[in-house]
Amino acid sequence: MGLEASSLILSVAMAVAAGLVGCFAVMRRLTLAADAISHVALPGIGLALVLRMQPMAGALAMLLIGTTLIWALESHTKMPTETIVGVVFSVALAIGSMTTSGEQLVEALFGGAGNLTNSEFALGLVGAAAVIAFILKARNSLIVALVSPEIALTSGINVSRLNLVYLLTFAMTVALGLRYLGVLLMGSLIIIPAATAKRLARDLNGMLVISVIVAVASTLLGTYAAGRFHGETGPFIITVAGGLFLLSLLA
Amino acid sequence: MKPTDSEVTNALEVENLSVHFGALEVFRGLSFTVPRGSSLAVIGPNGSGKTVLFKALIGSIPSKGRIRWAPGVRLGYVPQKLDIERDLPVSGRDLLRAKAAVSKSSNEALMTALEQVEFDELTLSVPIGAMSGGQFQRLLLAFALIGEPNVLLLDEPAAGIDEPGQEKLNTMIQRLQEEKGVTVLLISHDLSVVYRYATAVLCLSRTHTWYGAPQTVLNPEMLQQLYGAPTHFHIHDGP
Repeated sequence: MGLEASSLILSVAMAVAAGLVGCFAVMRRLTLAADAISHVALPGIGLALVLRMQPMAGALAMLLIGTTLIWALESHTKMPTETIVGVVFSVALAIGSMTTSGEQLVEALFGGAGNLTNSEFALGLVGAAAVIAFILKARNSLIVALVSPEIALTSGINVSRLNLVYLLTFAMTVALGLRYLGVLLMGSLIIIPAATAKRLARDLNGMLVISVIVAVASTLLGTYAAGRFHGETGPFIITVAGGLFLLSLLA
Repeated sequence: MKPTDSEVTNALEVENLSVHFGALEVFRGLSFTVPRGSSLAVIGPNGSGKTVLFKALIGSIPSKGRIRWAPGVRLGYVPQKLDIERDLPVSGRDLLRAKAAVSKSSNEALMTALEQVEFDELTLSVPIGAMSGGQFQRLLLAFALIGEPNVLLLDEPAAGIDEPGQEKLNTMIQRLQEEKGVTVLLISHDLSVVYRYATAVLCLSRTHTWYGAPQTVLNPEMLQQLYGAPTHFHIHDGP
């Protein structure tokens, strides 16, 4: 399989995962928090570069640690997720920009295609499949917990664990998209398609389907446009997604 | 370990229960038992901690003391008003199907619950945020009934439901108790309902708690103390 084909397949898998995960972030009003979580990847990338490790491995490790930290702070202090993410995110960005510099920083922030190794491709596909499988399997529990944590508890759902696994899934999705969109823009590919779907859908299935379509369409069109105009993929993908969101306002 | 006799006869035993929010004490030293198949009404003025008590009982907020549910208890909880975004793309059908899936219940169980609360099937496709107060309340009741609960916790279940609907609701709850031996814990402001249906009453106020049979607890002096004003039956909250 050619490099371009595998890169395209991986980007579509990433977009499907982003579209699904985003639906619950938008419905739970975690949009700002969700966007900010992705920035936690930055110090991970920086540290990995300092230690001469794979930047993506560093990003994923930092995302998982940051997310668990956010979850633990939230369950112990009962502060709103938004506040906690705000604090963790700013600190992460500060540490991240100290440890990353110049071109690497730009690439980490906006994404840079680079070369896709076979192992990266395989790991990416496995990660995307895990995210998609979790959302489809946990969608019922997620919906009940979203409507009321209390009725979720009495329905036998472990709400605290569900929240943790959801946040970790979110972090995983961010890591999947970093090479295409970078730290600054990946959160947007999770949020914008879901926000578009929320405007158009009347039930859960509708929302999931529309969100996935918008995420995949933005990724494919954005990647094509970036190729034509010789630009980075991330900004093109998000511009297309933003355009589709604006169109949904007319509906 | 074999359950003790009291666990077999009581659905719930509460001993010395206290809840604090920081320095604010909501209530302290609550003790009561709820025998299986009985109904406990919880009454008290606004802010006396009725809803907080329910949340402590289901374990959604931390509390001190002992809460012991009998083994094999399946809870059905109908919360007080929920704040649902109007344009949330979740339909009534989505919510009930989710409960059926989570509680491993059949589609038939879902339909039975709908019939029990007399929920119009056509309304199922309406997004839950766009439902009227009464429709949503019925939906939450149906939600609670899926999964064959043997204990129902109802936090003002009649709120937002019209008079004839309230009457039907009371009849339905009574029928569930008679036919299936369901235990009911009910928060209500309607003292006439409490008087007619409850086996025991727990009155919460910021200073005192009373617990006993409705005939002994619901007397004018106690109500005067509880609400801080002379009271007739049929107490309703202000807007």
